[in-house]
Amino acid sequence: MLLQQAPPAVPRTLPDERAARRTLLDQVGRLEGELAQLFCSIFPRKGFSLGVPGRGGPRLLSFGELEELRDELAERVQHARRAFSDRTYSEEQYRRLIEEMLLDPAAHKWVRVANEDIGEPGCKHWHVRPRWSFIGMLMGWWRVVISSGCPLAT
Amino acid sequence: MELELEEGWVEAELAGDFPELGLVHTPLEARPRKTPRDVKERLRALADRYTGGKVIHMRQDAVPWAYRVFSRQVGIDPDTDRTPVERIAVERLRHGGLESENLVDDALTIAIAETGVPVFALDADKLVGEPGLRPARPGERLAGLQPLSARQLVVADEARPVAIVLGEVADDAGVTWDTERMRLCALRVKGVPPIAVEEALWIAAETLYT
Repeated sequence: MLLQQAPPAVPRTLPDERAARRTLLDQVGRLEGELAQLFCSIFPRKGFSLGVPGRGGPRLLSFGELEELRDELAERVQHARRAFSDRTYSEEQYRRLIEEMLLDPAAHKWVRVANEDIGEPGCKHWHVRPRWSFIGMLMGWWRVVISSGCPLAT
Repeated sequence: MELELEEGWVEAELAGDFPELGLVHTPLEARPRKTPRDVKERLRALADRYTGGKVIHMRQDAVPWAYRVFSRQVGIDPDTDRTPVERIAVERLRHGGLESENLVDDALTIAIAETGVPVFALDADKLVGEPGLRPARPGERLAGLQPLSARQLVVADEARPVAIVLGEVADDAGVTWDTERMRLCALRVKGVPPIAVEEALWIAAETLYT
C-alpha cells in the first residue's frame, strides 16, 4: 500500500525581516561607536587602519549588505583593538626603558627612545650619550640627553 | 519670534528600519542677503571655540556620534563623507576659521556647529506639499539631472526628491537670491534629543532674522 505523501509545509506568511534588520542596525551602530572610541584612544598614534568603506549610501541596505557591513566592522574593531593592545604593551616597555636609562645610563650606551615609541606626539627623544665625547667614552661618563622640539621646516 | 515646527512624513519602509528618524521643518519669511557684521563676528567667535583636540573627540559627543552611527547604518563611511558638523569642524581646522558666505549659509553653519544637528534650507515656493523622507524610486533624478541610485535616501516633497539625506540640496529646490520664503529642515535620528533639533532650527531662524 502506498502512503500518500504529505505536501511540503509552506509558510502562510513571509518571514518578517524587520526585527532582524533592527538587530543588525543596532549592532552596526554599536560597532561604529566602538570604532569611534578606539580612534580617540589611538590618537595621535599612526599606522592603524580603522576605515571601513561605505556602501554607496545614503540608502536602505539589503539584509545581506547589513550583515556584511556588521562583519566587516566587527573584524576591523577586533583587529584595531589587538593592534592597539600590542602597541601599548610596546610603549610600556619603552617607558620602562627610559626609567632604566635614567637610573643607569652606562648600562644603556647609545640607546635612543623617541616620543613616538611611547605613543606621544612631538619630536622629543631620550638618548644615552657620553659626556665630553671621547673623554666621556673612555672615562665611562654616560648621561641621558633629552632633546625636544622638532627641526625647523626648511 | 514664533516658529511653527512641523513633523515631516517618513515612508513606512524607512520608518520600519529607523523608527526615530524624522524631518522637522518650519516655514520662514526670510530672504537671502549679505551677512551682517554681528553674524560674521558670531561665526568668528564660534570658530575660536574649535581646537584640534575638540574636533578629534567630537565623534564621541552624543549628537555628532548619533549622526555618525546613522551614516554608517545607511551605507556612508563617515570618515570619507563626513557628517555636516564634522565637515564644518574639519573646514575650520583646514582654513583656520569659518568663512562667511551669505546670511543663509552662515545661519545654517552656526546652527549646525552649535548643536551638531544637520539643518538645510529649501525654497518654500518651489516645494509641492510637505517635505518628508523616503527611499528614491527607480529612475528618479535629483533636480531632473543627477540619477539617484535604487533605495537612495532622499528628502522629497509630494512631487520629487529635493535633497539627498545628509547630502546636497537640488538646484531646483534650494534657496537662491530670488527666494522670498524658505522652509528650514532638520534631520532627527536615534539618540538626538528633540530639543537639540528644535534648538538648531531656532538658532538658524534667529540668525536669519538678524
